[in-house]
Amino acid sequence: MDHDTSFTNQTFKTVGTRVNRPDGVDKVTGRARYGADATAPGQLVGLFLRSPHAHAKITKLDVSKAEKIKGVKAVITSADLPDRFGGKGGQYDTLVNCMARDRVLYDGHAVAAVAAIDHATARKALKAIKVSYEVLPHVTDVDEAMAPGAPVVNENVFTSGMDPRPTKPSNVSRISTFGHGDVDVGFAEADVIIEKSFKTEQTHQGYIEPHACLASVGPDGSADLWVTTQGHFTFRTMCSALLGMDMAKLKVTSSEIGGGFGGKTHVWVEPIALALSRKANRPVKVVMTRDEVFRATGPTCSTSMDIKIGAKRDGTITAAQSILRYQNGAFPATWAMMGAMTSFACYDLKNCKSVGYDVLCNRPKVAAYRAPSAPMAAFGVESVVDMVAAEIGMDPVEFRIKNAAKEGTRASYGPTYGPIGIGPTLEAVKNHPHMKAPLGPNQGRGMACGFWFNFGGQTCVDINIGTDGTINLTLGTVDVGGARASMSLICAEELGIPYEQVKANVADTSTLGHNDTTEGSRGTFSSGMATIFAAREAITELKSRAAKMWGIPVEAVEWSEGSATAVGDEHSNLADLSLAEIAAASPGTGGPIAGHNEVVADGAGVSFASHICDVEVDPETGGTKVLRYTVVQDAGKAIHPDYVEGQFQGGAAQGIGWALNEEYIYGDDGRLQNAGFLDYRIPVCSDLPFIDTEILEIPNPNHPYGIRGVGETSIVPPLAAIGNAVSNAAGVRMDHVPMSPPRILKALDDAGQ
Amino acid sequence: MKVSLSGVLRAAAGGAEDIEIEATTIRDLMDRLLDRYPAMQEHVADGGIAVSIDGQIYRDTLGQPIPEGAEVFLLPRLAGG
Amino acid sequence: MSSVHVSTTINGDPVEFACPADESLLDSLRDRVGLTGSKEGCGTGDCGACSITLNGRLVCSCLVLGAEANGQEIGTVEGLHANGELHPLQQQFINNAALQCGICTPGFLVAAKALLDRNPDPDEEEIRYALAGNLCRCTGYDKIVRAVQAAAKQMRK
Repeated sequence: MDHDTSFTNQTFKTVGTRVNRPDGVDKVTGRARYGADATAPGQLVGLFLRSPHAHAKITKLDVSKAEKIKGVKAVITSADLPDRFGGKGGQYDTLVNCMARDRVLYDGHAVAAVAAIDHATARKALKAIKVSYEVLPHVTDVDEAMAPGAPVVNENVFTSGMDPRPTKPSNVSRISTFGHGDVDVGFAEADVIIEKSFKTEQTHQGYIEPHACLASVGPDGSADLWVTTQGHFTFRTMCSALLGMDMAKLKVTSSEIGGGFGGKTHVWVEPIALALSRKANRPVKVVMTRDEVFRATGPTCSTSMDIKIGAKRDGTITAAQSILRYQNGAFPATWAMMGAMTSFACYDLKNCKSVGYDVLCNRPKVAAYRAPSAPMAAFGVESVVDMVAAEIGMDPVEFRIKNAAKEGTRASYGPTYGPIGIGPTLEAVKNHPHMKAPLGPNQGRGMACGFWFNFGGQTCVDINIGTDGTINLTLGTVDVGGARASMSLICAEELGIPYEQVKANVADTSTLGHNDTTEGSRGTFSSGMATIFAAREAITELKSRAAKMWGIPVEAVEWSEGSATAVGDEHSNLADLSLAEIAAASPGTGGPIAGHNEVVADGAGVSFASHICDVEVDPETGGTKVLRYTVVQDAGKAIHPDYVEGQFQGGAAQGIGWALNEEYIYGDDGRLQNAGFLDYRIPVCSDLPFIDTEILEIPNPNHPYGIRGVGETSIVPPLAAIGNAVSNAAGVRMDHVPMSPPRILKALDDAGQ
Repeated sequence: MKVSLSGVLRAAAGGAEDIEIEATTIRDLMDRLLDRYPAMQEHVADGGIAVSIDGQIYRDTLGQPIPEGAEVFLLPRLAGG
Repeated sequence: MSSVHVSTTINGDPVEFACPADESLLDSLRDRVGLTGSKEGCGTGDCGACSITLNGRLVCSCLVLGAEANGQEIGTVEGLHANGELHPLQQQFINNAALQCGICTPGFLVAAKALLDRNPDPDEEEIRYALAGNLCRCTGYDKIVRAVQAAAKQMRK
């Protein structure tokens, strides 16, 4: 990087204040436009035909009747989507996932798509498509998929990470091992060893807005895609590759996004919408139904794991081991590998070992879900940590403090940590009033900590100064939850002007250089960095213009509090020039004033959180009520505290739903039974209390403002915090997420209560 | 300098946990690594390799210099959600 | 499928449109009248993103037929602000950061207004249960409840 990204420990005037967000009015009045809110003249309705089988060969696919129906303008099957990837690799998998080729791999896998003049005609076309299947044996459970004799999901997948390379295909696509030291030696030194197995069921990110797009391809191959996405540049890359289009000819505009959490970082229907539009020569609008979203987008993994931790009576952990089995859906991926990396990341361990098995199943292709893979491993590990602490007779917070990772600790995934916040979050939990609140009958308290990586990535920002001194701040990172406010605060801070003078907007792909997807908690960190440097470039230009206006050397000009000041006694007669004054004069001093920055923000650091929760378990119904919840997390620097709190609360709420109620339920026929919000039960307003938050600010040394990513980490501790709380309330150790009423009742029954 | 390899990458380096290799930047390191261990190509193609320098993880910055005496770790490239 | 002619009142204005007999009111509002503020999150009445009022009563417009709007009074999120001024609920949602992605916000505003219209001084539990038919995935509901409390207090003055 050309700029110095070190933390400068400055005092802020604007950053850190709780301003109103610039996109607020549009969102509360219904004016804001999301994926399904765009229309184009002559647009067609796009609908999909999807497999009703978990695993089958397509023996016949005849669309000829459908194509002839009046009002049907295009029908797409895999025959219209040539394989440009030699039949293998990530992009090939994406192509197959978007539209099945010779076989269907999960219930809901797309088989064909139609574009017609209205819904009724499109539905008629779907009915007229003749498709025959030869049903194949399927497997949907991760452990069953690993058992000998399990149906093979993909004959071309051989287990990676084995030496020598195997010759028979397997549902295990990869085995990954992390760790250091010798766990056998460590366990031999332990006074107490706890070993337990856990399972977590599959969940979905559950964004309220279904995937939707409006695709418009012209006869010359130029295309427009309006789409709800976390990364419009990434979508441009993916779609142009899949369809063989020039990247620059495909303009992707990000609509407002109605939730993503990782599920909108990949393409599902978008390439097909473009293919339909290209064939029909008319715009095609595709809006997924909620049923399709559950069946045919990217939920997270279901898992099965074995955790073993040993410790001395004085509380020192001597060895820790996690064996993780994660199902990735019907395509190879590395989610278990990530779980193995994060398993013991909170702790300072001499001996640790994590093994991840990535497994294929006849389920949809897994996508990232907010700190992907970490919450499940944390459920197992943090539950066993509590069990070990209880066995030794040590307070669970003290036990964690004693073993917490710190600067200089060798992380369980390899590298040595720089300054990190796990210790401070645990100390904050220890001293929090929540820990001293009294508990009543059937009530229990649990706490847990969690870790996640933060990322940087390609980012660029444009700052353009209008002649009235107001600022257009152009971003390329999709705003998922308040970034326009935060970036405006940063821009205003750097320029020394009021927040209200800055107007932020998210540009389309033809207006700005590539920006990576908004994921990995990178938005504020990366865009913030680029905004700072773009603003500083603008200031350089502003000073140069002021120098021109005064006729003095530019070395004699300083910038402070939104104005140029002439320094030196010989210039003491010159009144300051405000940004607005310099801007007004800009047509005569060299034209429009702008600042620009491209940066690959990197070295983002890592993020830790600790949660506390109190629950009450009804022993008759098995129902759990969350009474109180506290999130403590390190944000480095909270640019807009309201939105940092919002991330903490939102992640916690998703974790609570995952812990208590959310799960994909598959029948013996391999079909998803609960593809709707009635039976896939996410938390509602009456399920939750107010969620208390404490923002710690331990500066990230690699960012001028000390910013750390915050968006993901708060979904990592809740499964275990709730697990520990429910276990304490019910008096039995819970080992299967979600801890729904039937599971709690069964656990109570099994324990003879 | 010593470069440590995480789990999946070790197999491509004949099982070694640590290797001795000289490099001044990440790009330099990647070039020499692929030269010496062609099997690494699979991981580079798969989605890439991330480099941790003194605990900071770099995913994209090929030009990032590697200081003398830095702790260097190669990890699989990661993504968030 | 034959087309039905609908004459209705939306946010106080007379509106006419034609729609298929099996079309939902949500789709009619969005596709025929151009009022895209009401959102489809599920199409089955489980998420509340399509909340509107039908003759002052809170309903999911995905569970009402466009044809049923004939002769009735419809209230949508677009009708909340009047004379260029935001409704206190809208202003408090902004002030309290009660929205992140904002997709559920129109539904919450309509539902919250329906609550405050009949109960100007609800306690926390009453607010939570009145809004239990509106799903939010971003906020954990904390700041939404605070915003409704703040609006209720402001409106009682």
